[in-house]
Amino acid sequence: MSAKHAITTLALAGAISTALATLAAAAPLTKAEAEAAVAAKKEKCFGVALKGQNDCAAGPGTTCQGTSTVDFQGNAWKFVQGGTCTSIDLPGGKKGSLKPV
Amino acid sequence: MQPEADPGFAAAFAPGLLDPAREVPSAVAGLNGKPAGRRYDVYRNNVTVSLVDALAAIYPAVQRITGTDFFRAMARVHVRSTPPTSPLLFDYGRNFPDFVETYQHARDLPWLGDVARIERAWLDAYHAADAPPLSPAQLSAIAPDQLSHLVFLPHPAAQIVLSQYSAVTIFAANRDSAPAARIDASAPEDALITRPGFDVAVRHLPPGGAVFAAYLMCGQTLGAAAANAFFASAEFDIAANIAGLIDAGAFTSIAFGDAE
Repeated sequence: MSAKHAITTLALAGAISTALATLAAAAPLTKAEAEAAVAAKKEKCFGVALKGQNDCAAGPGTTCQGTSTVDFQGNAWKFVQGGTCTSIDLPGGKKGSLKPV
Repeated sequence: MQPEADPGFAAAFAPGLLDPAREVPSAVAGLNGKPAGRRYDVYRNNVTVSLVDALAAIYPAVQRITGTDFFRAMARVHVRSTPPTSPLLFDYGRNFPDFVETYQHARDLPWLGDVARIERAWLDAYHAADAPPLSPAQLSAIAPDQLSHLVFLPHPAAQIVLSQYSAVTIFAANRDSAPAARIDASAPEDALITRPGFDVAVRHLPPGGAVFAAYLMCGQTLGAAAANAFFASAEFDIAANIAGLIDAGAFTSIAFGDAE
């Protein structure tokens, strides 16, 4: 067994016990406290969590809407300012924008 | 009354549905052979609209970012070049993220394809098989000298989307109806998508986290995954990543891989 592997084993054992302690820490708290702790921890150590809005989220083919929109005819279309893209900055300080046709 | 199935009729009827340049099939006619082009156009419109609507339902954040008019025009181009291959509508549009990434009029939004990939992963996680996630207690039973040989079985809903841009932040801000706040798109964000219970969750992975998760999810040992994650990022934190992945419900169980 190489020295590198021994260090890895030791580091892993330490990391797993830290991870298990982190996961167990929320258990004795009330639900609200646990949720707050988990939210804070995710923000700090594991990025932002987002729960999707699951109402009507199963995707297409699951509802039976009519097709009142006429989308077939359009081939040429004009650029219409809309959407949130202009609020998103690109590297280099440019703002996102859509090209007019 | 069921019309007799005639594959010849369908073969003649279908090709013009997504191609406005094609003539109305000659079999489509009214009384006394009167042309019925406008009636055929009703079918054309319904096919196009339902596929564009399908894309809008799968990719609502992309639609909010571009605005409805731009989205529908972009989606129509995709629908015509990439008709469905499956009758399952929720399965349509798998190539849409790649299309969005190369769509000439959206080139100034290079992060848009990654946002679409997260939305696709979101719907796939939503429809994935249910499975109880790995309990931390199972991990605590493993002897320390066995840890590096451990392998983790991925949860059916768990997926990773890599991005050089702030795709998770942009996705999260646009799956919501809250007013648009200013977002810096330049911070690379890899996404972990899971569904441990009923709710799909999208998380932003820390440095090295995507490499670590990807190695574990394809069946590599914990030792190999950690070594590769350290190689990818010196900031990689094993404990935070193990805790984060288990908490997110990325795995269902553990087993032992081949001895190193």
